[in-house]
Amino acid sequence: MVIMPRGIHLFFYTIILTSFSNLSAKESKKEVEQTGELKSEIKAYILHHLQDSHDFNLLSYKDKTTNEKVNIGMPLPVILWDDGLKVFSSSKLKHGKNVVSSGDNHYKLYHGKIYRTDAQGTITYDEHHHPTNAMPIDFSITKNVISILFTALLMFVLFRGLAQSYKKNGMIAKGVGRFFEPIVLYVRDEIAIPNIGEKHHRRFMGYLLTLFFFIWFLNLLGLTPLGINVTGNIAITFCLALITFVITTLVGKKYYWKHIFWMPGVPWPMKIILAPIELLGLIIKPFSLMIRLYANISAGHIVLMSLIALIFIFKNWIGSSLSFILAFSISIIEILVALLQAYIFTVLSALYFGFAVEEHDENIDH
Amino acid sequence: MEKLINEFSFGLFFWQLFIFIGLVLLLRKFAWKPILDSLNERETSIKDAMNAAEEAKKEMASIQEDNQKVLKEARAEREALLKEARSSGAEIVAQAKTEAKAEADKIIAQAQESIQNEKRAALNELKNQVAQISLDIAEKVIDSELDSKDKQYKLVNQLIKDASL
Repeated sequence: MVIMPRGIHLFFYTIILTSFSNLSAKESKKEVEQTGELKSEIKAYILHHLQDSHDFNLLSYKDKTTNEKVNIGMPLPVILWDDGLKVFSSSKLKHGKNVVSSGDNHYKLYHGKIYRTDAQGTITYDEHHHPTNAMPIDFSITKNVISILFTALLMFVLFRGLAQSYKKNGMIAKGVGRFFEPIVLYVRDEIAIPNIGEKHHRRFMGYLLTLFFFIWFLNLLGLTPLGINVTGNIAITFCLALITFVITTLVGKKYYWKHIFWMPGVPWPMKIILAPIELLGLIIKPFSLMIRLYANISAGHIVLMSLIALIFIFKNWIGSSLSFILAFSISIIEILVALLQAYIFTVLSALYFGFAVEEHDENIDH
Repeated sequence: MEKLINEFSFGLFFWQLFIFIGLVLLLRKFAWKPILDSLNERETSIKDAMNAAEEAKKEMASIQEDNQKVLKEARAEREALLKEARSSGAEIVAQAKTEAKAEADKIIAQAQESIQNEKRAALNELKNQVAQISLDIAEKVIDSELDSKDKQYKLVNQLIKDASL
């Protein structure tokens, strides 16, 4: 545990641990100002946490003497495509305080995004205060990419171990993988087979199992004090939803497409009305997958962080301990949500695959 | 929506797509396939074992039934044998009894016959001896009696007397 110096702002567990020990209770006007400042700081911090980062920050604090923010963590490689590959360490960006020159171009970090600037790092804005500077394509190994890589590696080691333990122990799982065996069985027997059917389920198992454990592990990783928010990032959920959509479209059989473009069993004017609705449904299904996971995880992080932040806004025994109890309960709920969201995403994907590969006897009315 | 689009990072999307698809392919080959195969294999082997056990149980039951049947038959046979033995024993005894009786009767009859014969022989001999003795006596009496005329006469009279009975 790091010994925290008195009178500085400490960011730990991605929230602000703020100590106003030098503040007198009698100076109530000043306190209100300070609280207002604290609230906006908390808001900025929560929003900052929800976004991806070019550094792997563990904690940061404001040095009282120089009044500068000090970050503790590790820098990550920045990879840009801007008329050629540009690679440099994120430590050069100094959290947006520095202009990095790579080749003939200059780059600056502004609100979590890298912009091309001039040598002085000038950023021009439009009327909505959005930067108008050109943006290189950013392939940086960000905090989220590191988390994804870590999860992928963990999953590979874990499930490779489980697969090998069967061979070694005569069809009986051993070791850590043993814990996951019933879950693998659950995904097969309760998610894949009921939704897709005994006949076709096998070819989707690889995707469904990977999807389930990937989302679950990343959700859980988001609840650790490392301050990771991968599944609450729109690019991640978009990617997962897109894969589900692509698979659904590729495996769709005649019966599936017939149901979309020319619904059987309804009069022809209805068929014409239903076709665009069904076509829209094609997009809405994966879109809802994307938004559901993103919103649930983001909301969970916001609520949890806000509740923890309340402890430092109340700054008294009753309010702070109540906030703590609330934050603790929400954390436990979030552990359930982590599993639940992984389950929902997997079940719905399986359901969509089930629709796509469904086979029906043309003569049977339904 | 604008916020979402603003938040969207193409780089992150690229890495996620790349890593995730790689992960799916790798896990499919090295983990899910062997795991699911093993699970399937285990399930079928358990099912087979259960079926085999069920069959063995049935077989066991049929064997037991057979045993029961054989036992029952054996018991019935023993019963029959015993019954037969008992009845034949009685028969033998009865036969022996009749045979013995017949033998005894025969022996008795023979004994009676021989006794009769003996008796007859003895009587004959006695008769002969009595006749001999009578003759002897008659000879002596005649010898002694018939030396006088008177006496002869008396005797003749006597004889005539007796003979006229």
